[in-house]
Order: sequence, then C-alpha cells, then structure tokens
Amino acid sequence: MTSCDAIVIGGGHNGLTTATVLAKSGRKVMLFEAAEALCASMQTVEIAPGYRTSALSHLVNRLAPEVIRATGLDTACLNRTPAPTVTLGAGEPVVLRGGYGETLDGVSAEEALAFAAFRQKLMAQAAILGRFLTRRPPLPGEITRKDLLPLTTTGLALLRGGRGAARELMRMLLTNVADAADEHLCDDRLRGLMAFDATLGSHMGPRSPGSLLGLYYRLTGSANGIPGAQIVPLGGMGALATAFTAAAERAGVTLRPGTPVARIEAVQGRATGVTLADGTLVQAPVVVSAVHPATTFLQLVDRAEIGTGLTRAFRRHRSRGNVAKLHLALSRVPGFTGVAEADHAGRIVLARSTDHVETAFNPAKYAEFSPDPAMEVVLPSLGQPEMAAEGCTLSALVQFAPYALRGGWAAGKAKLLETILARLEAHAPGLRETIVFADLLPPPEIEARFALPGGHWHHGEMTADQLLFNRPVHAAAGYRTPLDGLWLASAGSHPGGGISGLPGLNAAREILEARP
Amino acid sequence: MIAPRRHPAQDHFRQPLTETPFHPRLAALCETESWYNWAGQKALHSVYDEELEYFAIRSTAAVFDISPMIKYRIRGPGAEAMLNRLTLRDVRKLAPGRVQYTAWCDDAGEVLDDGTLFRPGPQEFRLCSQGRHLPWILDTAEGFDCTVEDESTAIAGLALQGPASFAVLQAAGFSGLETLKTFNIRDLPHEGGQVTISRTGFTGDLGYELFCPAEAALSLWDRLWSAGAPLGLKPIGYNALDRARIEAGFIVPGTDFIATDLALRADRARLPDEIGLDWLVDPAKTQFNGRRAIMAARAKGGPRHVLVGLEVEDNTPAVGAILYHHKKREAGVVSSAIWSPMLKRNIAIASLDAPYGSRITEDLWVEIYALRELRYHKLMKRARIVPRPFLKLRRRTVTPPGLV
Ligand SMILES: Cc1cc2nc3c(=O)[nH]c(=O)nc-3n(C[C@H](O)[C@H](O)[C@H](O)COP(=O)(O)OP(=O)(O)OC[C@H]3O[C@@H](n4cnc5c(N)ncnc54)[C@H](O)[C@@H]3O)c2cc1C
Repeated sequence: MTSCDAIVIGGGHNGLTTATVLAKSGRKVMLFEAAEALCASMQTVEIAPGYRTSALSHLVNRLAPEVIRATGLDTACLNRTPAPTVTLGAGEPVVLRGGYGETLDGVSAEEALAFAAFRQKLMAQAAILGRFLTRRPPLPGEITRKDLLPLTTTGLALLRGGRGAARELMRMLLTNVADAADEHLCDDRLRGLMAFDATLGSHMGPRSPGSLLGLYYRLTGSANGIPGAQIVPLGGMGALATAFTAAAERAGVTLRPGTPVARIEAVQGRATGVTLADGTLVQAPVVVSAVHPATTFLQLVDRAEIGTGLTRAFRRHRSRGNVAKLHLALSRVPGFTGVAEADHAGRIVLARSTDHVETAFNPAKYAEFSPDPAMEVVLPSLGQPEMAAEGCTLSALVQFAPYALRGGWAAGKAKLLETILARLEAHAPGLRETIVFADLLPPPEIEARFALPGGHWHHGEMTADQLLFNRPVHAAAGYRTPLDGLWLASAGSHPGGGISGLPGLNAAREILEARP
Repeated sequence: MIAPRRHPAQDHFRQPLTETPFHPRLAALCETESWYNWAGQKALHSVYDEELEYFAIRSTAAVFDISPMIKYRIRGPGAEAMLNRLTLRDVRKLAPGRVQYTAWCDDAGEVLDDGTLFRPGPQEFRLCSQGRHLPWILDTAEGFDCTVEDESTAIAGLALQGPASFAVLQAAGFSGLETLKTFNIRDLPHEGGQVTISRTGFTGDLGYELFCPAEAALSLWDRLWSAGAPLGLKPIGYNALDRARIEAGFIVPGTDFIATDLALRADRARLPDEIGLDWLVDPAKTQFNGRRAIMAARAKGGPRHVLVGLEVEDNTPAVGAILYHHKKREAGVVSSAIWSPMLKRNIAIASLDAPYGSRITEDLWVEIYALRELRYHKLMKRARIVPRPFLKLRRRTVTPPGLV
C-alpha cells in the first residue's frame, strides 16, 4: 500500500495548483488524473490533420498573479499583447482594446465617454469585490482576524471613494446587467456585449436577477497585469497546461495521469485516502478533491460517511451547462464583415443587443436551444503556422444550449450546428465552403469528454445562493468539508470557475494553515 | 427531482382524520367521545375513566391502540448500513429478533425524533416513531441497497401493558411467550396469518406490543378481549398512558422536546445530549447523521440544556411551571408532570438551561400556578433532581413473567 502526505484528485489547473503549492511547502503529494493528459480541458488538440486548436477553454483572462507566483508558473505562452474584443451588431462592429475597452473604436464620441465612465465605475467596484477572491470566503460564525482584513480594506476603499461610492456598489451589486447597461449606455452593441459577458457559462439571461455579478466576476480577472484584458495563448491552451504540469513536476508532485480515482476512503467521518479504479489503495491524512464537488460527494465518497443533509444539498446544487463548444477547421482564414484583418486575432462576439441575449436565453428555460444563439469566436491558430499551416482553426462558445435538451442531443446536435453555421456565414460570407472539419460539443459531450459534470463552466452556477459561504454548498464552503481531512479545490469552490487557479491556491493555503 | 419521487410514497394527507383498524371496537366501548387527532387518525384521550384506566395499566392489563404510530419497513442487504447512517445507536449490535430504542438527528446533530427499531430478520427492519420522516429516510437511503416502505396504515398496532398482560396473551392462546425477554420479538400465528409480538412498551411495566395486518385487527382484538376481559383487561386512552410513561421517565417529542424539523424557533432544537439521550450516541460505531456536530458540542464543553427528572414537594403537579434557582433566576421549564399514584410522589420532567442541571443542581424551585375555581394559587415549591425512571418495576424485565 502506498501513502503520502496529501492526495489530490483531479489534474485540472486547480488540482495542479493545490498540489504544487503543497509540494513546495514540503509535503509529499500525489495527484491522480482520470484523463491521459493533465489539464484535460486545457489541451491543444489536433481536430483534423494539420489543424490544432484549444480543446475547451480558449482565452486566458483571469489567471491570478498570486497563482503564477505561488506555483512559479512559466507564462511565456501569454507573452502577447492582449486581444481586442470585437462585438458585431447590426452595421459596423465596435472594438474594445486594452483591458475591457480602455479605448473603443466604432462608437460615437458621446457613447465613448459614457462607456468610459461606466467602465471605470465597474472596474473600481470589481477591484473592491476582487479582494474577496484570493482567500477563503468569510464564513458566518467563524469570522477570524484574517477574514476581517478584506472586510476592513473594502470598507476603507469604499470610504476613500466617498459615501456615494459605497451606496452605489450596494445598489448595483445584485441588480441585472440589462438594467445597469440601460442606465449607463445607449449603444446596443455595447449593451449586447455586456449582456453576453455577464451571462456566459450561466443559466441566466441578462434580465435575470443578479446577472451583473457575472460581469463583475469577469472584470475581477486580469491578463499580464491588465485588469479586464484577455489573451489567446501562443500554442493554444495546451501551452498553459504544459506550464502548470511543469510547475507541479518541479515542485516534486508525483503525477499520475490516466489514473481515475474510484472512491474516497473514510472511517468514522474522517478521510483516510483513496482507492484507484484499478483497486490500489493510497493513504494520506489529507485528501483534496479538485474535481466537481457534486461528483466528490455523490460518487466518490461513501454515502454512509456523510450526512443526509449534505447529500440533499448536493442534489439541489445547480450545475447544468448552457454553453456548447464548436470546433471548425477552415481551409482559409475567415473574413468577418467590417472587422479589420488584425482584429481577427481577437475575440469576436455575436450579441446584437440585450434583447438578443435575453431572447437567446428564453428557450433554454424550456429545455430548447436558441434558434438565434449568441456566441464568441476565437481563431486560436491565427498567426501560428505550427497550429495550422494552412487556413486556421475556429473555436466558438455558443449559448444558450441547455444540458438536458428536449428530444435529446442526438437529434438536436445537427440542428444546432446548422443554426450556428448559418449565423457565422451571415457574418463571414464564404466561411461554410472552407470547412474541412466541424465538431460541436453540447454540454453532455463536454461532460463526457472532460469529466466535467453538467458540462458547467464553473462547476456550479455562480448565483448569490451558490457564492461565497454558500459555495458549493454551505456545509462545504471554505474548502474544508464535513468529512474531516477531505478538502475541495475545484472551480466549484470559492471564488469559482475560469482559468484562475484561485480555488486551488486558496485551498492549499487553508490546508497548510490547518495542520500544525 | 425529489418531489415526484416522494409523493406517490405517501398520501396520508389526502384524507384527514381516518379511523384506525380497531375503531369499531373502541367506538363501541367509548363512553367519553374524547377523540383527538393523532397523526391524522382518531384516537381517544380516555375510553371511559382516566383514573381507572391508569390503574388497569398498573394492576391488571390495559390495551392501547397504537395504530396511528408511524411505521416504516426497511428491507434489503443495505438496510443495516442505511439505518446506521440514520440513527444514533449501532444497528450492527441489534440482533435479529430484537428491538432497540433509538433516535435520529439531522446533520447539525439536532434531534428529529426518537423511536423504536425492530429487527425481525437480518435484512428486515421496522422503525416506529411519532413523527413522519419518509422524505428524510428516503434521502438517507439513496445509494444504499434497501427499500423503504411506509406501512403506517397497512399495519395495525396494539400495546398490551400491565402485570396481567402475559396472562392475557397466554389465555388468548399465544403460547411460548414465557421465554420472550424484554426487547425481544416473536411471530405467532393468527387467523392463517401472523402477529408480531414484542416485549416492549411505553409504561415501564410488564407489557407487549402486537402488530398485525390491518385486516386482521378486529379478529386480534376479539381474541384478546374474550380471553382478557375476565382477567381485568381494559381499553385505555392516551391520558392514562401518559401518566404511566412519565412514571417510567420516557420523553415525548412535541412535549418534552421539539423535533428540529418542526421547531419554528431556531434555539428550540436540541442535541441528544440536551434531552437526556446522550446514552444512545455511539461514537465508536460507523459515521452517522449528526455525529460531527454532537462530538464538536461535547468537545466544546457539554450540553447547553439538561433534561432531568424532578421530585416536587407537596402534591400539585407542576405542569408548564417555570423553574427557578434560588427562587430568583429563571432556570428552565417543566414539560411533563403528574402526581404519581404508584409512588405517591409529585414528579416532573424538566428542561434546564446550563449551568442549571449540570453544575448547579441545588436550590431549585418551581412556580406553579394552580387554577382553583377561577382563582390562581401561586405556589413556590422546592424541586429536587432525581434519577429517571421514577418508577422501576421488577416485573417489567423478569422472565418468565410472573407475579413479582
Ligand atoms: C465550454 C467551456 C468553455 C470554457 N472556456 C473558458 C475560457 O475560455 N477561459 C477560461 O478561463 N475558462 C473557460 N472555461 C471554464 C474552465 O474550463 C473551468 O472553469 C476550469 O476548467 C475549471 O478548472 P478545474 O481545475 O477546477 O476543473 P477541471 O478543469 O474540470 O479539472 C478537473 C479534472 O478532474 C479530472 N477528474 C474528474 N473525475 C476524476 C476522478 N474520478 N479521478 C481523477 N480525476 C478526475 C478531470 O478529468 C479533470 O481533468 C470554459 C468552460 C466551458 C464548459
């Protein structure tokens, strides 16, 4: 029988972050990943001979500087100027440059001023909220001196902005992005973009209560030190996966890809180790689950070892994806109408207006996909001949595509693909005839391919009832769980999903503090 | 997902105030019409005379209709493990053919209910309680290889209690029960079917509980009645039973503690240790619902509430009275109280707020408001903490039962 100081289940970027940080502090750490590759959802894959692209995620916009520092991550693949966002509406596109539109092309001078003011306000508010992301969420009843730090600095920051700023944050915090954008902006293309960005990956439309939180969350992220910026990594997401893996190796983590964990072992309410799918037992006083929290508690842990209330909470946990991923291999670089050639290297968003995004969401409530979906398009191989010698690859994230489609995805997939291709063709005439290969992954296929339950972006909805001390559920918030010795570290924990590494880092810090 | 799974499993609420399988016999004997609603079924406070009914329990034999009790049948290879997750005691130690008094809690360690767990066979259980818990039990059973079935209306139940109860069963032709020990179960033939007889009860006396299919209820009653009437068998209502159970020191949910899922006020929920059920908690067994919270509370320095037995001076039952320390500081409340005819003492069950009842156990007083013909007599009486059960009868446990 094998044993070590800490076991990490799941080699996503969060699991690797936890493992690396624990190993760097001297722990003997073993990490087990089900897939053959570590960071399975961040691979660069060959979808057709000669065409390479990012397997799932395609943009880096919230990788935390704290995580880069703590793991010693090599970020060479991010050494690029931030990509612009191009939002296509009726007529000319709007281009946001720098960190979420530090400068704007394509709007009236008046609208540019209005946007600048709104952007500044959102950025300032996001910066305040961001203080809560890099540490354990404050847990009611267990507030420590350490928890008081962000609370105090938040108070101070708000005071510095004057009483009006505090009131304004409280007023806006739980509103919806549609109202907030209507209040500040006139241009439908900008409002549509914000509606899209606020809801991407969630089961909500821009008019759903609390939808502004999604936009705040996005704006808490940064790339290359620029808040709100985004980067299409050199070499695709796989390059970043390699960097995370290398950091773990350097730290001395024993990495075991292709090794699914079958069970978390526990005795009398304390985790003691894991049993691998091949039956091997591995023991450790600390078991970190960096896989989806519902998988952790409903599949890996023996029900007898946890409370009925906890099982109930996880059965109610909302984590069904709404985003489909489209891969295209194209024999020629597409030309989006009105978009400058250089800006094709950016993120191209098809969201005409708030109404467009809201209308795209409506069918998802009734288990149908949108006949006129909103989407973001990235050309991951652009300017990188080693990824596509000829033509290019196109990666699109399309919403809304509900996890449980009425009539099933077997029948629905071809129809959604046709719908998406028609939309793309409308904006990039001639694109369809250059398609060499197309692959559409609705949420259930994302779930199957990346062992990502529900195919959910964040391992669980990011609504107020599943945030902070309620993330993923109240009893398992703050990385510690009711099963002593078992810790959570995936995107399902605070602060949430996206390639940030923060759940993994925060978890590691809590674990290190917990043991004498 | 949860709701449709539960609804078909329980539909008791569709028909309010039904009659128990014994109703025709009880209604015929009833002289008081003091019906009340017990879990949706008609039950009697008293059949003819509360006083005489009480003395039937203690001097001859009494029969009490326990059909409204909630009964769940749990079967399957995973039943034992499931029940070990659900309840506080170690079900592995409950041998087939035995019964266990037990309780269960939510994740916060707060008591949901107490009840009796019967184990007729290795993979077969019946859980009896006051409250309904099907959704909770079904959710607890998820992932375990067992089935849970609400058999509350399908199964009729009778409590046969009192010194002559064994004689009544013997006279009714239920043979071989002289070897049945306390908390043992046996199946005996009745009308081509079976009656399950356990040596259990809520009176602290010699007594049995009989369970049979609802269809066999009337014939079982008649069989007991014709054999028992000459031996002094009497039907009784809840009031008489309640006196006996207080003497025996048993607690009743809703009276002596509030089940956490029914408590409207968050501070009314109780850990087992706070209602005298600490002895049920088995930390050495497998993990169970509430263990973490119960152990954490223990580590933090013991219960915040203490349930005790009291003996109060004089003879006025201290029902609902407030407890004081040094006649001044409020220390708790009396939840059950009677003048015990057997003990000739004024006894009560009370909940104290620590440190009263734990560190401070002397100088306790109860303030009784006794309404006497439209005038309150305010009495301040000394109360002494005494062990429960107040009344211990040798005949409850002696095997074979005899005239002890
Ligand atoms: C369609 C889509 C597009 C996205 N695009 C972006 C994007 O562009 N930018 C961005 O920042 N974020 C994006 N995200 C979000 C991002 O992918 C996730 O939030 C992120 O992957 C979460 O990382 P993680 O390490 O917590 O979990 P995961 O990446 O899900 O890693 C968990 C790992 O655990 C493994 N595992 C599961 N079960 C077991 C087991 N039993 N034993 C061993 N291992 C197991 C899995 O194989 C997996 O590798 C996207 C998400 C989706 C769904």
